[in-house]
Formats: sequence, C-alpha cells, structure tokens
Amino acid sequence: MPDALEMAATHTGELASSAKPERGDRARGPRRLFRGRVLFLLPAVIYLLALFAYPIVYGILLSVRQSSVITFVHNTGGFVGLTNYKMAVTNPLLPSVVWNTAIFMVGSIVMQFSIGFLIALFFTRRFPLSGFLRSLILVPWLLPGVVTGIILRMMFDPNIGMVNQVLSNLGLIHSPIEWFANTHLALLVIVLANIWIGIPFNMLLLHGGLQDIPHELYEAARVDGAGRLRTFRSITLPVMRPVIAVVLVLGFIYTLKAFDIVMIMTGGGPMNATQLLSTWAYTLSFYNLDFGQGAAVGTIMMAISLVCAVAYVRTYRGELRS
Amino acid sequence: MSYRHNSRRRTLISGLNLAVALVIVGLMLVPLYWAVVTSLKTLHQTFATPTALFPPTPTFAAYSQVVHTQGGSLLTSFIIAVGATLVSVLISVPAAYALANFRFRVTWLVTLSLLVAQTIPGIVLGTSFFKIFAGLHLLNSYLGLIIADSTYCVPFSILVVRAFMIGLPRELLEAARVDGATLLGSLLRIVIPLSRPAILTAALFSFLFAWGDFLFALTLSTSNTVEPMTLSIYSYMGQYTSQWPELMAAAVFAAVPSAILLILVQQGIKGGMATAGLKG
Repeated sequence: MPDALEMAATHTGELASSAKPERGDRARGPRRLFRGRVLFLLPAVIYLLALFAYPIVYGILLSVRQSSVITFVHNTGGFVGLTNYKMAVTNPLLPSVVWNTAIFMVGSIVMQFSIGFLIALFFTRRFPLSGFLRSLILVPWLLPGVVTGIILRMMFDPNIGMVNQVLSNLGLIHSPIEWFANTHLALLVIVLANIWIGIPFNMLLLHGGLQDIPHELYEAARVDGAGRLRTFRSITLPVMRPVIAVVLVLGFIYTLKAFDIVMIMTGGGPMNATQLLSTWAYTLSFYNLDFGQGAAVGTIMMAISLVCAVAYVRTYRGELRS
Repeated sequence: MSYRHNSRRRTLISGLNLAVALVIVGLMLVPLYWAVVTSLKTLHQTFATPTALFPPTPTFAAYSQVVHTQGGSLLTSFIIAVGATLVSVLISVPAAYALANFRFRVTWLVTLSLLVAQTIPGIVLGTSFFKIFAGLHLLNSYLGLIIADSTYCVPFSILVVRAFMIGLPRELLEAARVDGATLLGSLLRIVIPLSRPAILTAALFSFLFAWGDFLFALTLSTSNTVEPMTLSIYSYMGQYTSQWPELMAAAVFAAVPSAILLILVQQGIKGGMATAGLKG
C-alpha cells in the first residue's frame, strides 16, 4: 500500500519553522478566545492519544507480560520482565529473519533509489508528453499492496508466469524456474516486487528536488568547462543532499514496514525464507498465539523506526539551518 | 549531422527522449498490462504455451464472476473507505486550521507526533487493536475497521492540509476577524473554501489508503462476516490458486480507485498536490 509517509515527506521543514518564536497570537487574543481555539485541536489530540499513544503503550505492556492461550482469552498475563524479548532474541528463527530483513531492505533501498534517481534525471529533459508519462510511472506506487502482490505473484508463476516465458524465449532457461519453491529465489522475488513499488516514490521526490536546482548553477558549471559527470558530482549531488537524505530515511522506514506484498506473494515461505520482522511479528502473535513475543518483536521494530525517524528529523533541521 | 540543421537535430533528440521514456513507462507497466490481458482470457487460455500476448477471444466472464462472488466485498471496502475518509476529514481539517494559525505551547509536539505516528509499523498497531477491540466487541465490524483504517489517513491529512493552510494569506483571516467573524465562521466561510484542493487531495488519498488496507483487515477479522476486498482476494487466492483470470479481474476492480486518483491528479488537483502534498 502506498504509504502516507512519503507524501508528508517534506513536512519536517515546517517542524523547524513551527519551533520559531510565537507570532504573538496568544498574547493578543484574550484567554476566552484561547479556550475556543483549543477546541479545534482537541479532537485530533484525543485521536492521537486513543489510537496511537494508547495502542503503542498497550503493545509495550503486552511485550513484558506473560502470554499463553489462556491469557489470550482472559487477558490476565502477569509481568515477566524481558522474558519475551529473551525468547525472541534466542528464537532459532531470529538470525534468518534478521538476515532476510536486512537483504530485503538493503536490496530494495539501493535499487529503488538508483533506478528512481536515473529515471528522475532522465525526466528533467524536455520532450513532449514528459509530464504525462512521468505520472504513469506513479501507478505501481498508487496500487493497493494486495493488487501489486497478486499481479507479481502471477508474473512469477512457474506455469503461466510471463517471467519464465521471457527467460525461456531468450534461451536463458530450459525448464521453468520454481520461483516460490526455492528459498533464495523467493527472497529475490519479493525484493524485486518491493523495488517495483519503490521506484515511483523515489523518482517522484528526487525529480521534485532536481527541478528545484537553480539553472544558473548548471550554467556556471558549463562556463567553467565542467563535464557532465563533474557537474553531477559537484553540483547535483551536493545540492540534492537534503532530498536524498529524506528519500533514504523514508525508504528505510517504509521498507521496514513492508507487509502486504510479502504476505500475498510468499506468506513468509518457503520454510520462512521470506519471513521478515513484520511478517514474523504477525506470525508469532496470530499463528502461534504468542502475543508477548510478537509484541516484543513489534516493539523492537518500532524502536528501530524511531531511531531512524529521529536521525531524519535532526539531519533535516541541520540542513535547513546551514 | 550538421549544426545548420539545429532545429531538426533538436526534434530528433526530443523524439529519442520520448522513445526512451515510452520504454521506461512500458517496462514499469508490463505487470498491469499482463493483469488486464489475463483477466480477459479463459482459464484454459492462461495455460497455453506460448502465452498469447493479447487475449485471443476477449471475454468478460471473469469480471462477471468476480462481481458475483466478490461484489459484497467490494461494497464492504467502499463503505469502510468512505467511513475512514469522513473520520479523517472531520478530525484533520479543524486540527490543520488550529496548527496553521494558532500557536499553542504544544504545537510543535503535536506536529512531531504526527510525523512519528507515520513511522509506527502497522503490525504494532494491528496487534494492540486486536486485543483492545476484542474487549470492545469491535472485531469483525465495520466500525472497528473504519477506526483502524483511519490511522493511515489522519496524521497524513492533517500535515497535508496544514501545509496548505500555512500558505494562505494571513490578511484574509485578520480581515475576517475585523469584520467580526468567529473562528469557526472564518474556518467555514474562508479557510475551507480556499483549501479545497488540499482537503480534496487528503480525502482522496485517505480513501485510497483505507481501500487498500490489508493488514488491519487481516488482523481484526476472526470470521468472514465483514470481509473487505483485500481480504477476500487473499482468501480466494488461497482456495483457488490458479484461477488467474478471476484473480486478475478482482485485481483490476481493486485498482479502480488508484486509476481514478491518477486521472484526478492529472486534472487540476495537481496544484493542490504539489503545494500541499509534496512540497514543504
């Protein structure tokens, strides 16, 4: 599913501006007015507390309580400290889940960023229909994850899939490849699927950044006799740094959350070869009914995301100041 | 080529660029083309080798089959998506108005929370919602899914609409205040009409997020009494692994809101998107 995060990508800038000294509204307005103003914000604050803060705290509490089929029904697990975390960390599946998640994330982010950047650079050229064609590239990103997942599942189907067909027409393979039966290939397929979803969003944000580079900079470089590669290294990359940082951090958070396409395409199989932290947390809670361990994995994911988000907010604000 | 034919050269280059762009778009959209082609085939034709690149005898049988078996799920998804969009707009428009125009001591904290909220992995919320909703009898219910799905939409909508409202000229609000308009009055009569592109963008994306939700549909259902389209495609896929024409027809139905959104973005809303959604 296209994530809200990308769209709100560049709002951190305002975060910096909202921290500026107050513009004196509050001082000017009488106390009575202030109370009226709070009412506009109140529903949103209650909403955030009820549907984000409370579930997050609930999840953390779940991760430090005992969990079994009995507590699942009666919801009365006792406090067990970090036992659930210990169980998750010593779980024989953990190393491979972490490995899969790392491969999935690095592969997705590197490839979708590189390809997205190349396409973004290409679309800075002027030619007819460029705006229209660029918006068509956004389609994979706007599709529900389930739709993407099921379509790509078919593309890689050993019997009717187009991928095998093309590979065999090119003479690269002689018998159909069982993409979802082989542990390495299944992981490769979900990485490819996630790259396909991620390219548009990388392209979109990077293209926006490229459009904002003042033309005079390129003119100056040309006058100085800089070649294309040199211009890219000395002008495009440095100017684009904040945008690149935003794109990479959002890519990280977004990829860590990936769930739909993996569930649809492989369900974490074969033999957990495509089990990621997100699908594993789901499996622990809803298949094994071990909500404690599932919540522990979820809390760890949340911590990773949060560290990344903090780094992101700080870099972005630093860039703005300088 | 001689430089005397500069304009011809330029035409040629832009033609080449167009050709490359078409190849890029083509490569990106191959899976979609293939989904549509497969949805128009018969089951038998999908297994033919070599696979036909066009449906040999285009048939809408798969589509009518999907309407028959999954029409209810499409309706369920629609109801939930509309509900989540309403919740999102009702909460986010006043909040965006407040965050854009009034300075509270907590403004920065609320804005930061909205950013952080979007980084929370869905499975964390889903697991807690399951437990909390079980106690409130909200599992397998429209209301439960509307509430859960709205978490995709609210933080995003507030940020998008707020960004747009910050750009509105302050003098308008000052003038309204001088004319004796209340805060609510100026929101309803001045700010909302002016912010329509941003509100519409936020609402459209909210609809799309809720429509495409799979995670909450999966975690907050213990039966198939309330089954959104994503979940019904998932279970259908599990039961009839190789009914590709029908699965693809269902995928095409499920993709319709994305297509509509893209078309609307092409027409006019673009301005709102650019200022509200993608630029700080």
